[in-house]
Amino acid sequence: MEQSILNFYEKSMSMKQVLIDAVIETLTMSLVSTLLATLIGFILAIVLIVTDKNGISPHRYTYKILDVAINMLRSFPFIILIIVLFPVTKFLVGKHTGTFAMIVPLTIGTAPFIARMIEGAFKEVDRSVIEAAKSFGTNKLQIIFRVLLPEAFPSIISAITLSLIIIIGFSAMAGTVGGGGLGAVAMNYGYYRFDGTYIFWTVFILIVLVQIFQSLGDFLYKIVKH
Amino acid sequence: MIDIKHLSKYFNDQKVLDDITLHVNAGEIFAIVGHSGAGKSTLLRCINGLEGFSEGSVNVLGQEVKHLNESGLGALRSQIGMIFQNFSLLNQKNVYDNIALPMKVWGYSKEKIQRRVNELLKLVGLEAKKFVYPKELSGGQKQRVAIARALTLNPKILLSDEATSALDPNTTKSILELLQEINTQLGVTIIIVTHEMDVVKKVASRALLLEDGKVIGLGRIEELFLRPDEKMMRFLGEDEELPQEGVNIRLFFPSNVSYQPIVTQMARALNLNFNIVWGKLEKLNDHVVGSLVINIDEHNARLITAYLQDKTEVIWEIL
Ligand SMILES: Nc1ncnc2c1ncn2[C@@H]1O[C@H](COP(=O)(O)OP(=O)(O)OP(=O)(O)O)[C@@H](O)[C@H]1O
Ligand SMILES: [Mg+2]
Repeated sequence: MEQSILNFYEKSMSMKQVLIDAVIETLTMSLVSTLLATLIGFILAIVLIVTDKNGISPHRYTYKILDVAINMLRSFPFIILIIVLFPVTKFLVGKHTGTFAMIVPLTIGTAPFIARMIEGAFKEVDRSVIEAAKSFGTNKLQIIFRVLLPEAFPSIISAITLSLIIIIGFSAMAGTVGGGGLGAVAMNYGYYRFDGTYIFWTVFILIVLVQIFQSLGDFLYKIVKH
Repeated sequence: MIDIKHLSKYFNDQKVLDDITLHVNAGEIFAIVGHSGAGKSTLLRCINGLEGFSEGSVNVLGQEVKHLNESGLGALRSQIGMIFQNFSLLNQKNVYDNIALPMKVWGYSKEKIQRRVNELLKLVGLEAKKFVYPKELSGGQKQRVAIARALTLNPKILLSDEATSALDPNTTKSILELLQEINTQLGVTIIIVTHEMDVVKKVASRALLLEDGKVIGLGRIEELFLRPDEKMMRFLGEDEELPQEGVNIRLFFPSNVSYQPIVTQMARALNLNFNIVWGKLEKLNDHVVGSLVINIDEHNARLITAYLQDKTEVIWEIL
């Protein structure tokens, strides 16, 4: 990994090209991870909200097991999680370094977080709306997809935006332990070679990316929220 | 239509419904009245199975609620509309989609849904608000949408849990009028839960009084309000301070005589003076009825009662 970037450097590739490649890597990592983490988080959130003791189909043990598992995953410092997941990553992707490999820990690390936020969005839905839906004979599946989901949708959009931003941050962190992207550039060029310009540009680009996605998320929220 | 027998329900160890027996007739407006925490909502929710119960039986539209499985309960609920104090609309859906939701859930065709929703919008007077979202509606308008939604599936019964409690008096009046219209024109049996006596007096034909989960009164509202027994009196918070001396006679004026000057006529005819010590006029179901207590010395009481008996339609009792 270090070797390959060194080679690039040796070939005196321009800083611009390095940064562009890094941005593409960061975006790929973050967006794919967010997508996967959202899918997993969404399913977990639905299981949580359904099996909750005030849910539509309470199931104490399912809820408790999931609850504890999510809390455990969430309490791992992310760097440690990446390392702990090396074998899993290797099994799934074939190697444990590089942009695609990092999608595994990023997804596993943030899915519990998204699950909690989407669960929170579902819980915000007024209980009496669910009661009303039951009162005209809505079944459990319909309550989830015709009542909970549309009512929680704007909050879910916010949750996904926040997750994406956190994942961008995490992906930069992942760059320092073998991932690609802006984190790796900052580490290899900035930290190991004491090149302040790289540090400056990676930080600058990260700030801009976060700004763009936050604005995009806010804009989407405004469109869907009534 | 609804037949409840010896219904009891516990929350944990607290008995919130205690041996309730009651029958609601098809086509009537029936009120469940009581103070906060009396168990009104719980009783109402037992009717459509939103709440289970431990003892007794609840028979609705010929079906025993506790024997129904999930799909049976769903089918029963499709015949029972329900409205709530806080309207319970989906905020992310516009008026049209809110009203259409029950039909979507039951898989009706787009055309049928469209026709029905337009019909209902007209009934509740919100045609102009078809594509507006709930947050842009007033409380009264929201409740109209909720009423329309409750009627979408053409229910035989409408349950109303404090539907007017969050509304101002004028809006309350218009919502009650809408409910009356639904009752008389569509023949929907309505059960209203309320703690507001004025609501009961205005629309209900019969009422059940609930206190700590127990029935303390059940009957036609003229009887409940005009000839309240001791429990009812306490319930209404009406302590009459009646004189200890002489005889107190309570007169009830049914609606057909309540506009006649009976009391003054009687005073003149008998050439007697008496004290009017308590009285009130009530509007029940658009009929005015009155109740009055007069006080008179012992030896003249007989003249009064004889006059009332022979010459008037006033109902009376000696207290
Ligand atoms: N889900 C519940 N769990 C435990 N206790 C409950 C529950 N729901 C209601 N209760 C209790 O049951 C009793 C009756 O409640 P209910 O809501 O039926 O009263 P209510 O007459 O409708 O009162 P209000 O006018 O305030 O709505 C109350 O003492 C309440 O605390
Ligand atoms: Mg209540």
